[in-house]
Amino acid sequence: MSKVRVLVGTRKGAFILSSDGKRQNWEVSGPHFAGWEIYHMKGSPVDPNRIYVSQTSGWFGQIIQRSDDGGKTWTTPGGGVETGPDGFPKGQSNKFVYDTSNKGKPLTTHQWYDGTQHPWEFKRVWHLEPSLKDPDTVYAGVEDAALFQSKDGGHSWQELPGLRGHGTGPKWQPGAGGMCLHTIILDPKNPGRIYIAISAAGAFRTDDGGETWKPINRGLHSQFIPDPRAEVGHCVHHVAMHPSRPNTLFMQKHWDVMRSDDAGDNWTEVSGNLPTDFGFVIDVHAHEPETIYVVPIKSDGEHYVHEGKLRVYRSRSGGNEWEPLTKGLPQKDCYVNVLRDAMAVDSLDKCGIYFGTTGGQVYASADAGDSWMPIVRDLPAVLSVEVQTLS
Amino acid sequence: MIRVELPSHLRTLAKVNGEVRLEVAAPVTQRAVLDALEAQYPALRGTIRDHVTLKRRAFLRFFACEEDLSHESPDTPLPEAVASGKEPFLIIGAVAGG
Repeated sequence: MSKVRVLVGTRKGAFILSSDGKRQNWEVSGPHFAGWEIYHMKGSPVDPNRIYVSQTSGWFGQIIQRSDDGGKTWTTPGGGVETGPDGFPKGQSNKFVYDTSNKGKPLTTHQWYDGTQHPWEFKRVWHLEPSLKDPDTVYAGVEDAALFQSKDGGHSWQELPGLRGHGTGPKWQPGAGGMCLHTIILDPKNPGRIYIAISAAGAFRTDDGGETWKPINRGLHSQFIPDPRAEVGHCVHHVAMHPSRPNTLFMQKHWDVMRSDDAGDNWTEVSGNLPTDFGFVIDVHAHEPETIYVVPIKSDGEHYVHEGKLRVYRSRSGGNEWEPLTKGLPQKDCYVNVLRDAMAVDSLDKCGIYFGTTGGQVYASADAGDSWMPIVRDLPAVLSVEVQTLS
Repeated sequence: MIRVELPSHLRTLAKVNGEVRLEVAAPVTQRAVLDALEAQYPALRGTIRDHVTLKRRAFLRFFACEEDLSHESPDTPLPEAVASGKEPFLIIGAVAGG
């Protein structure tokens, strides 16, 4: 029988929630890495027992953890005493150093909050995206925004500097959460194509495996930049894609829900009848590529759900027409947020939808959003949710 | 033998309990102690000082013998009591950190 494993990153540790395919009874494992911020954890689609974790701390910096047994045990890749060719211990797994070769070096500053230029400084890994083909290859989206890659299971990391160095970097600026590369989407039909998104720079695409990049933000409109329709500078919060239609992208921007049907070259707004089109998460049903989900948030100044009601909105038409999903969710006095990487779907026949809140609840729906139940109610603030569907 | 006390999160990361003991050749400096610590526990690389610049991370402090040594040069010899193992070298997480 199928099983699901929900990987939850929180402000104070990681949790693994497991259930059979009915998704009614859950086992909770954790906290793993207690006391640390777990920005993201994600399993390899090739080897589901291989799970990568971004463990981070304001005191101690960045750690990468890895499990090869589905989260039962963990190792810090390269954290053991191994002597490298220079005679020094390796200890490379938490080493994220910007490329200063010709591709990265010319671009050394980005825009600071006050509009002045500011040097790139590594802070943390926001998102880990394992390769679709090789469990030892994984991408990391980091703050300050850049894309790194490991080809040795997280032992060592190299920047793909063509993104940071492609030319528009001085116009990138931090959003409220920092200048983070938070979304990495690998195209299952085109191995050379990767989409990424940065807050606040926008969405970018490579068609050659990360060597060269181009901004894909035509159609976005953002009032907080001098030219609202500029090529870069947009605060994209999250992007989602259905694997069967990799040219169609859905975006939750700071304000506005958008879609593109030409691999990001052009975007149109599909906010339609949403009560507010500010938000962070967006995701796509596992079997219906035109069914999408968002959680509207009141505003950029009030990061909690609208009207004190926790409502997921579903569109079965790829946007514009939305219905609120409320059964099982609190409909009064609720003031939580749902952060950008905190929604995921499983791929069971009846698609399961999951999301976590800043109030520490993780909600699951085993019927594509028609009804919801809390798996857990009292975790630390949830930063990320990923789901593995296991046979 | 140099004695080093780590914050609890770093003890967990390094998989150690209690004080760490290190062999450090004279002169015993902050740099020599941290080099030896990272050599023995590579998982700590980057958690106490920056990978590249080797500067102390902003929210960590170094204390010994009831003195704040955080702003001493990394090449200044540590107090004799630390070098002799009588007193530990303390790596402390600042209250404001995280």
